[in-house]
Amino acid sequence: MITYALYFSIGCFALALLFNLYRVVRAPGVTDRVLALDTMAVDAIALLVLFGIWEGTAIFFEASILYAMTGFVATVAYGKFLLRGDIIE
Amino acid sequence: MDLFWEILISALLVIGGFFGLVGSFGLVKLPDPMTRLHAPTKAATLGVGAVLIASMIYFAAFRDSLTLHELMITLFIFLTAPISAHFLAKANLLRNVDRTTLTRPEGEGDWAVFTPLSDTSAEELEEAAEAERDEAR
Repeated sequence: MITYALYFSIGCFALALLFNLYRVVRAPGVTDRVLALDTMAVDAIALLVLFGIWEGTAIFFEASILYAMTGFVATVAYGKFLLRGDIIE
Repeated sequence: MDLFWEILISALLVIGGFFGLVGSFGLVKLPDPMTRLHAPTKAATLGVGAVLIASMIYFAAFRDSLTLHELMITLFIFLTAPISAHFLAKANLLRNVDRTTLTRPEGEGDWAVFTPLSDTSAEELEEAAEAERDEAR
């Protein structure tokens, strides 16, 4: 039963990543692009964790922690740049 | 007992996948930038949280190794999602919204985005305090 739930969940997040990629490529505004990139990082974390369950190893958690941190820092840097035209003043 | 854990993990995985998909679909579907901000920062965060908790229960129940890494990632995402959403909302307010059509916030002052000294760094604040001290002297 877990296997089928995993299939469903991986399919959902893969489709979600495709939606995000579409939003990155064609976006009405620059904030939408940044938001789509942030969501891509979050969905990639979910896919990493799901692959960890699939393989039965705990080795992917470090990778997902790194993904979470760099994703957040990137989003804040983009937001700061959009707000002030500069990142570190 | 194994069946109970299997049902719980499967339910969490399905819920997580569904909410993750809804969050990203909302990013494509919703009509204007401020509403589009809602979908990924709330639904997708919940979806990822559900998947992470499912992973934690799976490793505790079937692999006999309770790790709290997932809880840490969940906490981190739940803490950082509102911050990035707030940054993007401010950027959106600055770039896309016509200032004359905005209602004013309650109390004194204007929106923080449009007030020049509201988003200052610590250094600038120190400089301002120093200038004030010089003036007092």
